[in-house]
Amino acid sequence: MSQPVWIAAILLAPLLAQTPDFSAEVQPILRKRCIGCHAAKLQSNGLRFDDGKAALEGGYSGPAIVKGDSAASRLIQRVTATDKEIRMPKGAPPLSEAEIVTLKSWIDGGAPWPVTAGRSAAVSKPAHWAFQAVKRPAAAVVKNNAWVRNPIDGFVLARLEKEGIAPAAEASKATLFRRISLDLTGLPPTPRQVAEFLADQRPDAYERAVDQLLASPHYGERWARSWLDLAHYADSDGYEKDQVRPHAWRYRHWVIQALNRDMPYDRFAVEQLAGDLLPDAGVDQRVATGFLRNTLTNREAGVDREEARFEQLVTRTNTVSTVFLGLTMGCAQCHDHKYDPLSQRDYYRMLSYFDALEEVDIDAPLPGEVGPHIAALGGYEKKRDALLAEYHVPELMPQWEAKMIEAIDHPGRSPEWDFTVTSTKAMLDRAVKILKTPRGERDPRDQERLTDHFIHRTGATVGLDKEKMGRFKQLRSKLNELDKSLPRLSQAMTVRADEDFEKTQIRVRGDWRQKGIAVEQGPPAVLGGGKMGRLEFARWVASKESPLAARVQVNRAWAELFGRGLVRTTEDFGVKGEEPTHPLLLDWLASEFMAKGWSMKQLHRTIVTSATYRQSSKARKELTERDPENTLLARQARLRLSAEQVRDVALAAGGLLDTRIGGKSIRPPQPPGVAELSYANSVKWAASEGPDRYRRGLYIHFQRTSPYPMLMNFDAPDSNVACTRRARSNTPLQALNLLNDEVFFEAAKGLAWRLNEETPEGVGERIEHAYLAALARKPSEKERARLAAYHDAQSRIFEQEGSGLSAWTGVARVLMNLDEFIVRE
Amino acid sequence: MDWKQFQRIQSRRSFLSQVAGGIGSIALADLLHADTSPRKPHFAGKAKSVIFLFMEGGPSQMDLYDPKPALEKWHGQPAPASIMSKLQLAFTKTNASVLASPRKFARHGESGTEFADWIPNIASCADDICLVRSMHTEAFNHHPGQLLLFTGSQQFGRPTLGAWTIYGLGSESKNLPGFVVLSSGVGTSGGATNFSSGFLPSTYQGTLLRNSGDPILYLSNPEGVSGKTQRAALDALRDLNQMRLDESGDIEIASRMASYELAYRMQTAGPELVDFSGEDAATLEMYGLNNPKTKQHGANCLMARRLVERGVRFILLMNASWDNHTQLNKKLKDNCDSTDQPTGALLKDLKRRGLLDSTLVVWGGEFGRTPVCEIRNSTEEDNAGRDHHPNAYSMWLAGGGIKGGQVIGKTDELGFFIEEAPVHIHDLQATILQCLGFDHTRLTYRHLGRDFRLTDVGGLVVKKMLG
Repeated sequence: MSQPVWIAAILLAPLLAQTPDFSAEVQPILRKRCIGCHAAKLQSNGLRFDDGKAALEGGYSGPAIVKGDSAASRLIQRVTATDKEIRMPKGAPPLSEAEIVTLKSWIDGGAPWPVTAGRSAAVSKPAHWAFQAVKRPAAAVVKNNAWVRNPIDGFVLARLEKEGIAPAAEASKATLFRRISLDLTGLPPTPRQVAEFLADQRPDAYERAVDQLLASPHYGERWARSWLDLAHYADSDGYEKDQVRPHAWRYRHWVIQALNRDMPYDRFAVEQLAGDLLPDAGVDQRVATGFLRNTLTNREAGVDREEARFEQLVTRTNTVSTVFLGLTMGCAQCHDHKYDPLSQRDYYRMLSYFDALEEVDIDAPLPGEVGPHIAALGGYEKKRDALLAEYHVPELMPQWEAKMIEAIDHPGRSPEWDFTVTSTKAMLDRAVKILKTPRGERDPRDQERLTDHFIHRTGATVGLDKEKMGRFKQLRSKLNELDKSLPRLSQAMTVRADEDFEKTQIRVRGDWRQKGIAVEQGPPAVLGGGKMGRLEFARWVASKESPLAARVQVNRAWAELFGRGLVRTTEDFGVKGEEPTHPLLLDWLASEFMAKGWSMKQLHRTIVTSATYRQSSKARKELTERDPENTLLARQARLRLSAEQVRDVALAAGGLLDTRIGGKSIRPPQPPGVAELSYANSVKWAASEGPDRYRRGLYIHFQRTSPYPMLMNFDAPDSNVACTRRARSNTPLQALNLLNDEVFFEAAKGLAWRLNEETPEGVGERIEHAYLAALARKPSEKERARLAAYHDAQSRIFEQEGSGLSAWTGVARVLMNLDEFIVRE
Repeated sequence: MDWKQFQRIQSRRSFLSQVAGGIGSIALADLLHADTSPRKPHFAGKAKSVIFLFMEGGPSQMDLYDPKPALEKWHGQPAPASIMSKLQLAFTKTNASVLASPRKFARHGESGTEFADWIPNIASCADDICLVRSMHTEAFNHHPGQLLLFTGSQQFGRPTLGAWTIYGLGSESKNLPGFVVLSSGVGTSGGATNFSSGFLPSTYQGTLLRNSGDPILYLSNPEGVSGKTQRAALDALRDLNQMRLDESGDIEIASRMASYELAYRMQTAGPELVDFSGEDAATLEMYGLNNPKTKQHGANCLMARRLVERGVRFILLMNASWDNHTQLNKKLKDNCDSTDQPTGALLKDLKRRGLLDSTLVVWGGEFGRTPVCEIRNSTEEDNAGRDHHPNAYSMWLAGGGIKGGQVIGKTDELGFFIEEAPVHIHDLQATILQCLGFDHTRLTYRHLGRDFRLTDVGGLVVKKMLG
């Protein structure tokens, strides 16, 4: 080549290099090497190369192709990477030099993608049953119409008749009465209630009893506990520090009251997810948003606040998805769901609702609190200000704040201040935001919290007046003393819209540090939700528009009352969940639920008045092989009571139960050494005194890192994530718990006392009364004889040993350890 | 209903159908009446029991196991920025200065593994120990770190290593729980989540053996209730339960009857377990039970051996806290003084009784500590400590299928990063399961529509560790 020609070639090369033809040269490469993972079917990282528009838009990390700039294009960066972990295609040989050159030139030439080439494969509407709208089925046609009490029975019987199985006989009146009492109020009937019910010969005696129980204030307690499992309620932060949340109970209280008032389920959902946004939002509606405050808070001093917050957003997203959609969206935090049509984009659209929130504790005064508070406030503030002035707080605090802000803006200058900043961020919510808001512009409550933090947890003192700071110890004790003079308003944990919220970005591979493209708020695309704000979403999530809302909720009610959902996987209505055993029944219940204004009491009433529910729970030998799990509903189920109910029935039978509704958490006595297991023995457990000691199980203070052992022995959930169905295990630790725990022994003594005081003498009569008190039924002759024999033997033993105990304590203890005692038959 | 019938029905229960999906080679027949009855692993493992010595808080590897003389050169100077920028640190800032270790290291045993002077008793077992100097983890805070170590995930709700072990192998002990937890010191960040059964049935969760009062919660009878009364009550209970079983046909009642009998046996076995009067004076001395410093951890180590002897499968022995952000020289010495002698005694005692070959002993924390120093109070003398360091730290294993007298992995000159043979938490977990006879990818449980396993989606067995 002669020189001029050579030079000309170099100069002209960029101009002459033709942009490769898309269909002939580029598309074959994409088809061969890329679309296995990046096409309509499997859109790894949200990216697809089978559709021009989508390809040029890019994936979750952002655009993959920058028109005209191959070097800036992620597509080229990834196919040319040397790190095998990063290089595409993953787990396959790299692209050839020629292929890379073709892609580069195509991008540099503007990445032309003819409209005709590669059309978007339409994503077909998923056929999965749970994503279809609920249709009200016609009543089932059955032969044995006489058995049918309401439409539920038709659906169940139709199936049984198809199998040639007759339903079980109705349970005895006594069994039924204990069953509805436990199912609707969580408490056993008293002997007097049993006698009254057995004597009631009216044809609708059962329905009347049901209505009475539904109207009982204990109904709200019983069903609140199930909802609290979903909300993963607890009374402490969790994690290492596990600080007590003294106001958490306000949310529990709200749930109990809402259920007792039979708040419609759709309203129930709206208040919990967006009560703060309702046009008529009062304190109650804000307290309801405490639903979103049950996430754990990690106050380990070294925690990265952003990471910890991201964990909370993830938990909230997963909880809302499990509770209201019956879908396990958790997988989509890191990648598109493998089985369900849920993309990572869907996940972050949901997460964005919570990303746009901030936590705030509000004044939520209880009746009678406001007057005394206001009356005392003026004097209190005057004295407080005087104290602060006396100890130079107004002079020292601005200096402290300046040091803090300096350390926030310039970390590394002083290890002491760096450490103080880190620990302040962990202990004081929204610390940086408060500090950076100029004094005077701060919310007064924030100012108070900051001042308290400064006085009680100053941290570093380098550069401040040592002598003056040294006197804070004195100030603290004076302030503590002064605090006693001010009756405080009760607080509640709530959420509100974060004014500084800008946008939510997808986190690539679920890693909180790797921010991808921004998304808008909205429910999963497959459920037909477009862009909507939080209030709109809260209205949608429990509405006819969501095919899952009613189904998921009626299925949970069914599971509570039969021990197993019509969809067994109560937490998963997705493709990998189990199909309903009675699909028509599920849809009938769902449509009935909506038709009756989402009334939960109506729903429960419909179920418990059915013939299906009223069947005996006795095992049917002829069906143990055919239907071992009773999916056909040819009988009721024997169900071990929940942990809280196990406590409640013992206290009730022992006549000790304190029946006040709602209020603060309580601490029953527990053996020493339990609370001390937690970090640095930080959790103090002072047993409640007086009637508080005998309150129902749902009021027991739940300390996440060292929960009350009896609850855990009986399968209470750990309260870290939503629990839709509890285990019902059967362990020797439970036996030890019931036999030897002081609480249960006290209950046995209580029952013995009642037997001695309230019943006629005579072993036979007393045994009968004991059975009525513990099991709401009379003993059989055999049982009476065996227990009488035990009573006599025990009398002799106690006498020989001079224990001073009554043999009736022994009898009560035996009854309260019977399997039947902790089982709903 | 007779026992056989009971077993047959139990074997079809939904729990077992869930198990059948994942556990593979474990025959259903091996999983009969009680969920914790002994069953066979995937293949014959050398370890029959595990003692996990969990030193909570993050022991400092360069002051105990991984000598870094080069730190001397840099002592007091900021570490190279190129290194510091790669670290995620809890408290330390990127301009922190390097902190050399004042400890003296020496070679021990025929293998010549180097250990620091504060742990002479552990060092004297050098030839039984496989020291891993190249552990790494993702978590750099305590609770998440402990979750990852024990459950394979930083999220809550997964089963722990001990629970997986009982789920896979069942328990050999007829009178004691299969998974027992011992604790000394101040309590751990993870608390009960370190021995939770997560989404597995609660029968697999660890039972805390308590240091005071009843060794097991509610083990002793209420006041005034004698052994005779307890037996008479249990007899009546059994008969009345049997009547209800006959009436209702619910096999759960038979299960409950069995639970009550096991509870009763535990009431006898428990006090016997914690009664050290049968141990000879030399043994008590060896474990340091006569010394107030070593007594707590010593009693737990001796208890661990007694539990192994009684067929308990998994023992989690927690000691807290090694989280020495400040005053490293004082606090780490306290840690060593209170634990080294009993730990060495445990290894030697297991060995002389022929139990070490079938007992896997693991020692370590949730992460290590930084080669740079952390100072929270610059006016106090010897205040320097070290921050959390998940990138490279040390743990060790011994017995139960492990090849002793070797060192795995190597860290860089200053101990910031791993240079050779990195061992991730999931790799450690896979290797522990391997010693017990499990392919970690096949020990699974179906939950929320997915097969879960201890090692999540990772884990490679470290073949070099195995004997």
